[in-house]
Amino acid sequence: MARRLNRRRFILYGSATFGTSILLKACNSSPSGTTTSPTTSVSPEAAGSGNTIKVGILHSLSGTMAISEKSVVDAEQLAIEEINKAGGVLGKQIEAIVEDGASDWPTFAEKSKKLIEQDKVVTVFGCWTSASRKAVLPVYEQENHMLWYPVQYEGQECSKNIFYTGAAPNQQIEPSVDWLLKNKGKDFFLVGSDYVFPRTANTIIKAQLAAKGGKTVGEDYLPLGNTEVTPIITKIKAALPNGGVIYNTLNGDSNVAFFKQLQGAGLGPDKYPSMSVSVAEEEVRAIGPEYLKGHYAAWNYFQTVDTPENTKFVEAFKAKYGEDRVTNDPMEAAYIQVYLWKQAVEKAKTADDLDKVRVAALGQTFKAPEGTVTLENNHHLAKVVRIGEVRDDGLFDIVYSSDKAVAPIPWNQYVAETKGFACDWSDPSKGGKFKPA
Amino acid sequence: MIAGLLDGLFNGISIGAVLLLAALGLAIVFGLMNVINLAHGELIMLGAYTTFVVQNVCKLLGGPWFDLYIFPALVLAFVVAALVGLVLERGVIRYLYGRPLETLLATWGVSLILQQFVRSVNWVLVIEIACFCSLFFTAWWFLSRRSHLLRIRNRVLGMLLPLCLAIAIAIGTFLGETFKLAVTQPWFGAQNVDVTAPSWLRGGLALGGLQLPYVRLFIIGLTIVCVAGIYWFLQRSTWGLRIRAVTQNRSMSACLGIPTQKVDALTFALGSGLAGVAGCALSLLGSVGPNTGQNYIVDTFMVVVVGGVGKLGGSVLAALAIGTATYLLGSGTLALLFLPVKPLADFFTFFANTSMAKVMVFVLIIAFLQVRPGGIFPQKGRAVDA
Repeated sequence: MARRLNRRRFILYGSATFGTSILLKACNSSPSGTTTSPTTSVSPEAAGSGNTIKVGILHSLSGTMAISEKSVVDAEQLAIEEINKAGGVLGKQIEAIVEDGASDWPTFAEKSKKLIEQDKVVTVFGCWTSASRKAVLPVYEQENHMLWYPVQYEGQECSKNIFYTGAAPNQQIEPSVDWLLKNKGKDFFLVGSDYVFPRTANTIIKAQLAAKGGKTVGEDYLPLGNTEVTPIITKIKAALPNGGVIYNTLNGDSNVAFFKQLQGAGLGPDKYPSMSVSVAEEEVRAIGPEYLKGHYAAWNYFQTVDTPENTKFVEAFKAKYGEDRVTNDPMEAAYIQVYLWKQAVEKAKTADDLDKVRVAALGQTFKAPEGTVTLENNHHLAKVVRIGEVRDDGLFDIVYSSDKAVAPIPWNQYVAETKGFACDWSDPSKGGKFKPA
Repeated sequence: MIAGLLDGLFNGISIGAVLLLAALGLAIVFGLMNVINLAHGELIMLGAYTTFVVQNVCKLLGGPWFDLYIFPALVLAFVVAALVGLVLERGVIRYLYGRPLETLLATWGVSLILQQFVRSVNWVLVIEIACFCSLFFTAWWFLSRRSHLLRIRNRVLGMLLPLCLAIAIAIGTFLGETFKLAVTQPWFGAQNVDVTAPSWLRGGLALGGLQLPYVRLFIIGLTIVCVAGIYWFLQRSTWGLRIRAVTQNRSMSACLGIPTQKVDALTFALGSGLAGVAGCALSLLGSVGPNTGQNYIVDTFMVVVVGGVGKLGGSVLAALAIGTATYLLGSGTLALLFLPVKPLADFFTFFANTSMAKVMVFVLIIAFLQVRPGGIFPQKGRAVDA
């Protein structure tokens, strides 16, 4: 049907297309430069010359995980813009180079290499899923580079080259299980997505329940992206005929299907309260507060946290991205990690000597929207733990918050293989995994 | 026991109904036209997004409107998806009939474009596209009307293309700079959006020990209506007759004066519209986001292949069978049933979670296709030409 191309035409058209695309790329690079790096528009004298500090932002802007990671990029860019407006770091403006990990773990590793070797960034803020972090970890260790990771995760890792500004399990999962045991019941059904975080998290929960007198009556895993949850709901009903606690580590789209169908099946939060660790304000908005009202979530930060820093953060965010946007825990962690890096660089008086920055980062405190956080020697943050209940407007009523910041424990103490291990990067002889005497 | 059986039956049917509804459009596009449309999932997604928009409009109107938004949403989802399908057929697929590999790649590309489109669509983008299309196609139209310009048409269009693009981008950038957030903010964004079932569809019908969710009942009803509607359309209406004729023998139908091109476009639009309806219904159960379609695409192809390409009845049966198997395996009902027989019970317990149930269903399907490669109801007689 199609007209045949002879060779001469093919070469002509081919080179025309090629030329046009190069032209477009050239036209495009200047405007996109201003959007990715607010620096150039803010201070013209910093533009172009070697007067900027380059940092990398590496999240999924396309693919499955774009749902969550896009807003984290927004938060990081907000922080960078604020810092630049206030004069930058060491008198220089920060220039952010945004790369798309495309929800594909090898791409994350590839782009990390590109940011480090080609763009010569001094640090990278990035990743969301544990799978992507595990994929890039070898790159950062090999290059002896630096990654700031903003999401709560399953622990069992403590790399010299990563700073973890989300919660370790003992700052989210464990306190929430304790709270449930005390307030909601002893019988737990564990539901999770089928990948590394929920499986590790549930291993921890099962060990903890066994230690504290709770009972795991069942567990099930949904493949990522699966939205048919009827079999799981039947299992929950069979395992918990008189009600009980559902501990939910589902991620992404499955959450929506799970809560919509849970309500349809008549399992309400009065008899079947659920605790989620991956459902924050953004997700509540996407699922619909009508389905989630009365369910619980455990985080370190909620938009409703009452601190002056948080009011400022929420206002700044809404002013930049729109009144209908919400803030959540990973976004806040992403926002504060930029500031923590800035403080570390300022203390070290250099951005390029990563070993000095790493040492300077330890012990940094920051008045974050969630309250004051401290970067501990094990590269994790001491944070306040909070539990929130979903209310009508899709935000959380905070029903519990720890009276002081909880110190992070990356190596889990309930799991036999890692019991007794700790991590301390302030002392080179101890390192990432050692047994304290 | 009876309650358990009923429960199993109902849940199996409800899973099957979801599969069937999602696969109906594909059963027409892939089954009747033999077009491997990998963008089918994205047409479902467009239906879901249409529902989201209609819901928000109805929310603004308030009161009784909000409770009934689902009905206009169903109609609009059909219309939107059918129009996009029509454009897709006229713009891409009709050039690729009879070349399944190229169709596969092209529709895959279209699906990626549609996904990224809903992520990044904002006023600037829409205005840019509108500007470009109006400029470029007016020029095209003008050039093709003047016969004396025909000789230089290609060269002029080649020059006009970058020009129109540049104008469109310039206008877009100008608007973006002037109105800032108001026009550059994405309509939907990369995040999932929330579609809430109207209040009368939430909760469920208590029937003895079990509860039948209203949404599931609604979807089962909708599926029945859709299947009946398609059956009527294909078997009883003039256009249905033409579609069947073209499916059976394209050149003969053309000889007899059936406008095959129109029939192709209509069939494709119908299949796409059904995908839109599916998207509307599925938004009540699952998530609405750029990836919604991908969650269903594999399952829908599975249903059509197992059912037998070209047979609606086969798709119905296949969807019900796959749904029931998924449910019985995944919920552990079979494990309970075989409790007395220890090794069998152990075997089924191993498969009694969602991931492993999926594995088991795939194994069963592969085994089945070994026995009957043509699906449940294979196409008989002369091979259908493309």
